[in-house]
Formats: sequence, structure tokens, C-alpha cells
Amino acid sequence: MSPRGSRRIGGRVPLILLLPALLGLAFLLVPLLGLLAQAPWSTLPSRLFSADVGQALKLSLLCASAATALCLFLGVPLAWLLARAELPGRGLIRALVTVPLVLPPVVGGVALLLVLGRRGLIGERLDLWFGFSLPFTTAGVIVAEAFVAMPFLVISVEGALRAADPRYEEAAATLGAGRWLTFRRVTLPSIAPGVVAGAVLCWARALGEFGATITFAGNLPGRTTTMPLAVYLALETDPDVAVVLSVVLLAVSVVVLACLRERWISGLR
Amino acid sequence: MFRRTVAVALTAVAALAVAACGSNEVPASSTAGPAGTVTVFAAASLTGAFTQLGKDFEAAHPGVKVVFNFAGSSALAQQINSGAPADVFASAAPKNMDQVTGKGTATTFVKNKLEIAVPKGNPGKVTGLKDFADKDKKIAVCAVQVPCGAAAKKVFDATGIVAQPDSLEQDVKAALTKVSLGEVDAALVYKTDVLAAKSKVEGIEFPEADKAINDYPIATLTKAKNPDGAKAFVDYVLSAQGKAVLTAAGFDAP
Amino acid sequence: MTLYADLQVSRAAFRLDLELSVDPGEVVALLGPNGAGKTTALRAIAGLLPLTDGRIRLGDEVWDEPPRVFRPADHRPIGVVFQDYLLFDHLSALENVAFGLRARGTDKHSARAAATRWLETVGLGDHLKTRPRSLSGGQAQRVALVRALATTPELLLLDEPLAALDASTTLHVRAELGEHLRRYQGRTLLVTHDPLDAMVLADRLVIVEHGRVVQEGAPTEIARRPRTEYVAQLVGLNLYRGTAQGTTVALSGGGSLTIAAPTSGGVHVAFPPSAISLYAEQPAGSPRNTWPAVVTGLEQHAHTVRVRLDASPAGPGTLLADITPAAVAELRLTPGQHLHATLKATEIQTYPS
Repeated sequence: MSPRGSRRIGGRVPLILLLPALLGLAFLLVPLLGLLAQAPWSTLPSRLFSADVGQALKLSLLCASAATALCLFLGVPLAWLLARAELPGRGLIRALVTVPLVLPPVVGGVALLLVLGRRGLIGERLDLWFGFSLPFTTAGVIVAEAFVAMPFLVISVEGALRAADPRYEEAAATLGAGRWLTFRRVTLPSIAPGVVAGAVLCWARALGEFGATITFAGNLPGRTTTMPLAVYLALETDPDVAVVLSVVLLAVSVVVLACLRERWISGLR
Repeated sequence: MFRRTVAVALTAVAALAVAACGSNEVPASSTAGPAGTVTVFAAASLTGAFTQLGKDFEAAHPGVKVVFNFAGSSALAQQINSGAPADVFASAAPKNMDQVTGKGTATTFVKNKLEIAVPKGNPGKVTGLKDFADKDKKIAVCAVQVPCGAAAKKVFDATGIVAQPDSLEQDVKAALTKVSLGEVDAALVYKTDVLAAKSKVEGIEFPEADKAINDYPIATLTKAKNPDGAKAFVDYVLSAQGKAVLTAAGFDAP
Repeated sequence: MTLYADLQVSRAAFRLDLELSVDPGEVVALLGPNGAGKTTALRAIAGLLPLTDGRIRLGDEVWDEPPRVFRPADHRPIGVVFQDYLLFDHLSALENVAFGLRARGTDKHSARAAATRWLETVGLGDHLKTRPRSLSGGQAQRVALVRALATTPELLLLDEPLAALDASTTLHVRAELGEHLRRYQGRTLLVTHDPLDAMVLADRLVIVEHGRVVQEGAPTEIARRPRTEYVAQLVGLNLYRGTAQGTTVALSGGGSLTIAAPTSGGVHVAFPPSAISLYAEQPAGSPRNTWPAVVTGLEQHAHTVRVRLDASPAGPGTLLADITPAAVAELRLTPGQHLHATLKATEIQTYPS
């Protein structure tokens, strides 16, 4: 086996790229440093282990993960459809898929209410037939987060599918594999890095989701108050607490994303 | 040729002299009158009333332009303290005003009361504040961190009602949205908000609202770039014309 | 059961229309230049591309007959070795070979056992767990071959099976592939643009140009008697079409030549480039097939130099001659040079067109 990650030779980066690159990095990191500098480190541990923070963090992680799972379940097939099927108006559909990216999340939340709310097009039926309504529930948080985060997954997976060589699927067919088996055993593994990258983006977006969540699912500690909501409300009265919550959210997401990258993306490429 | 040039120059000097003399003769009150742009930071609940007031004010003072920044009072207070260029601050709570100006320098110009907002037709059959303790009803109130939530807490504390909200909204407009979309059976919002959304929302007054009257203070800011304009605007808000607009929007006189 | 294929595929600027059949145990090579439609034919037989018209059947079993019948690839008893093998990179060699068996319903344990045996037969028993990207070109080719054979298909399709290999391994792998194909009981259709692959591996050649069959027959027959310029070039012969009258053939491209045995009517005449001799001056005693010619190109081959000549109007317009480097030096050959070309009549093959 040839060793992966061979030594780079002649890796001198031209100055004209290096300068904006470093500026870009600084641009992304300096606000973080500002947060960290502001954090009330002395009282941080006691604030950190308060029940509210734990509850919000747990809920955030749970909802972001569930939303990611939902996005994978719906988004991967959608990406496949966009990349492989012969669809009329594919360009338009692709543009529509990215709508949640463009839509202000609060508007997305209102849109969700109009459809899935208690008086919404579909929500009204759900309420009528099953006595079930999504707003103000943890499931509602997951739906709101999935709505906003799914484009990241779809775009990423579709890109991977387009880059993947469809002839491998033909090879599988000549070996007797039907479409589903081919998808499962050939297509999916070959686009795994793209799926993981998309899922990671999706998860990160879901974790930070605020506007659609608070609009669609409201805000009730333990049920729908995720970290971003807690941060926003803390900012109203006690900016210190907001900073602590933000730092926690940051730390957790950085750790999770770093681990995922390590485990998946580097492992597969 | 030379002669003509001199003549023109002399005429110009003379004209300048006359103009200078003339300006000395204009009454002092007129020079101190408002001019330029007045920047007003105002609580989100004032959006409708102040937009109207701004237009009236501009009509009354030609050449003056009023620019508004409407947002939550606490956010505005933070912005001003971080150096945002404001001439006037109108807050929905004395607390936020105090963060900016220190205690007692502002004037209370209106009061606002809480009211129960229900969707048109009142599908949840809400009759009064006691319905907020009904677990089977969908209820929204503002989070306690924001002024309308603080006011709501005061009311509940005073009446001993244990509210069972389904959501603690981040501001009063969010609570109102939930009502107008029919997602909740009732929410506690300001009387002015109910009036502003009267096509979709009905208001139910309740006597306990008096336990939490919300004072709206207004003040010119010491760092104002346009102190004259600021003062003129505040005066206009406190004038009879200003009061009429605010009352029409549902605010009570202080 | 014989595989019969009447392949008709119409696409924007291309039309494939060819018939072929493959008997059990037979290796048929579809040989043709790039763009002739060979791969289209293979894809149609594999079920990766539906026919526009015609029919594919194995015995009585119809695989494709528009507009009524179309069996997709995964329902045809075939095995395909693709040009760049298309081994699944995320699976080991063993799992690649077992894939087809698993897909066709064999249980995991038996599939792995069978795959192991297959890999052992091609000498890859030590590479069961190796990922394709870590295999050499020859090894990958063998994995691809046994992956296709593992399901014991009725029909084996090979698409340029040696094209992805470097020259040094081709020879060895070709010989090996030949052995495996001789052992295989089913039908084999080999698609290639390399005449050597076709001659060595196939029992029968089907030569395709512009989507049609131009010649068909045993390799030796085709090597001796090409019927198109492409085939002649493939086998390294000069080939002309003309009309014979006695021992004189009037070439359809202009000029004429003399043959040894008299005949009449439309004929093909073919002769190897080595049958041509070149002279600076008109040779004495003047053999009958002597034409003034102009050098239009020179090409160095292994031990000879191939000279491209224009012998019109007396002789053929394009004429290939193989001469020794010594002769090149002696004649001081350069493009544009005028000289005389002589052809030995005894080396000419003449056959009806």
C-alpha cells in the first residue's frame, strides 16, 4: 500500500494568496477572540454547570443531530434525484432547494407556521385528525432546523454525485445489482465524503439555528429553548451569561466538527 | 480692461458686506431653530406612532429630516452605549433608559398597558387572565428578560396566577405573530400592539393590567450631534399634536 | 444456445446497424477504429443502452426487442470487463468479486468462498483484502475478469481489456487472458481497436466501421485478405480495389498494376509493404509493375523504415514500402524526392471484391 499523505514538495504559497488568506482567517477568528476575551472566566464554571445551560445544550445537540438525521433521510434521495434523474425543470428545482439559504430564517419560521402550524395548510389536518401540532414542541425545533439546514446537505451531496462516475453504477448493474442495491453498496460509499461533509455543515447550521426555531417552535426551557435562543434572551439582560453560553456552544461544536473531520473526511480521502 | 476688473471686485466686496450686515439683523431664535437630520432610536412598539410623528414633525419644520432606528429597547440601549450616533432615545422601559442616561433625566411621555390578544373570533374562548393558567390552551407570553415579559410577570405575581405558557417569546411582535397566525389561543401583549394588528387580533382588557403600567421615557442624549433638532423633536412628541398621534395609537397619557 | 444480436441504435449523428452472433465457447472480437460504434454495440448487448430497433436474444430468450421487450442489465446473465475495470474502490478485491454473487442472491459465506477460489485461480490468493487502488494494472485486470466470471455468465463482454495496461505488461496479460478465455465455456465478445489483441484472443473477427460490419471471418483469413483500407492498414498491407482484365487490374483510384494469374471483374489486390523496392533511377530490364513515385513521408519502425509514396498517375495514389535503414541512407530519402517503385507480381494477393 502506498502511504497516504505523502510529503509535500515545493509548498511555498505565493504572497498574493497568503496575505488575503491570513486576513480571511483573521476576519473569521477575531470575533471569536473577542467573545473569549469578554468571557467572565472566574465565574464561568459555576455558570456553566447551571441546570439551564446543561438543559439548553443537551436540547441543542439532540435537535441538531435529529435534524441532521432527518436531512440525510430526505436530502440524500433529493440530491440523487437532482443529480441523476431526468427531471424537467431541474435548474428551477435546484434553485428552489436553495431557497431556505436565502430566506431570512424568521420568514422561514413564519412559512413553516403557515404550512405546519395549528392553522396551517397541513398542520390543521394534523391537529384535527391526530390532535398533534408541531409548534412549541421539540419536534418543531427539529423541523425548523432541518428546513434551514437541508440545503447545505443537498448541495453538498449533489456535488459529490455529479463528481462520481456513473459508470460504476453501470458496472454494478452488469453484476446483477438492482438500483437500490447499487445505490446502497456502490453510489453511497463512493460519495460518502460528500455526504459526511454535507451532514457536518448541516449539523453546524442546525446547531446555530435561531430565527426559524424561535418563530416556529417558540421558546420554552427544556422543550424548545436551544442554546442560540438562550444566548439571545440572555443578551437582553446579562451579556456575560450570553458570552458564556456562546463560548460553550462554540467549544462543543468545534470539538464535534474536528472529531468528525478527523474520523471521516481525512479517513476517506 | 483694468477698470472693469476693479469695478467687478468692488461690487463683490460690497455685496458680501451687505450680506454680513443682514445676517446680524435676523432674530436669534431662528438661527437656533432645528436643521439637518435628527436621529431617533425608539422602542419597536413605537414604530407606527413615531413614523407618523416624524412625518408631522418634518412638515412642521421644513428642512429637517428625522431618521428612525426601531428595535428592542435593550438592544437600542446597548447600541447607544457602544457609540451609535443617536440624538433622541425613546425607550419602552425606564430601566433601559437609565442604562443610557442615568437615573431621572428622562421624561415619561406615554404609558402602555398589557392586554390579552386572541386570534380573530377567539377560537380558544379566552375570557380573562385566568385562562393563562389553563394547560390545555396554547399560551404565549414574552420572555421575562424583555420588557413585555417583565410586565407580564408583574401582573401574574400580583394576581397569583401561575401561567402555563407554551412559549416565552423574544419580543412582543413575535408573541403577536403567534396570535395573528392562530398558533396560540392567547398572548399577553401591549394594548398598542393589539390596536396595530386589529385586522387579525382581538384585544381583551383585564383589570389586573393596571398592576404593570409600562412607562415610556424619552430623552435627548448628551452626545447628540444635533442637540437643537433633538430638543425640537422631543418637544414635538410632548406637544398636543404629538399626544394626539400617540393616543390614537393606543398609548395612555402619563 | 447462440447469442444473436441485430443491433440498431440511432443517435443524433450516429447510426449503429450491425448483426453478430456468438456461439458457446467462441470468442468473437469486434474490431474497429475509434468511433466505429464498438462500445455502443457492447453497451446495447449488456443492457446499458436500449436498442432503437432490432433484437438481441440468447437462444429463445429475448433480451431486447423494441418496443416491447427490454431486460435491464441486472437481469441479463452477463459479465462485463470494462476498459478501466471500474473496480469498486471502497471494497477489497474479495468483496469486488463477491459483489455479483451477492447481488444475484448467493449468501454471504458462499459468495466469499467462491470469490476466494476465483481469485486463487488467477494467482491473487494473497490479495484478497487488497483495495483495487493498491493493485498493479495487471492484477486489477485479473480481478475485473474474475469479478465478471464469478457469476458464471452466459455471455462475457470485454471492452478494450488491455487498453489500460502499459506496454511492458500487455504481452504477458494478453497471453494469460487468452488462457482464461479458452477455459471459459460461455460466449465471449471482445471489443477492441487493437488488431493484435483481436488476432491473438479471438476465434472470429467482426470488423466495424461507421457503425456497420465491413468484414467478418477468421483472423488468418482477414489478415491475408483485407477488404477495406482500414483493415489493410491494421494488418499492414497495401490494399486496392480495381477491375481485372486478364493480368491487368485497372485500379479504381487511378493507375494500374499487373498480376500473375489472370482473372476478370471486380477484385481486391493486396500486398505487403516489403514487396516494394525503391530505385533512384529507372531499373534496367524494367519489371512490369514499375512506377515513378514521390516520397510523401518516412516512418521509423523497429527494423525497417516505412516509406509513404505517391505513385500516381501510373500506379496507386498511396503506396507503403518497407525498406532497410541502409537503403534509406543509400537513396538519401527525403520527402518530396522523386524515385521509382517496383512491385513483385508474385507477392500480390488477388481476390474478388
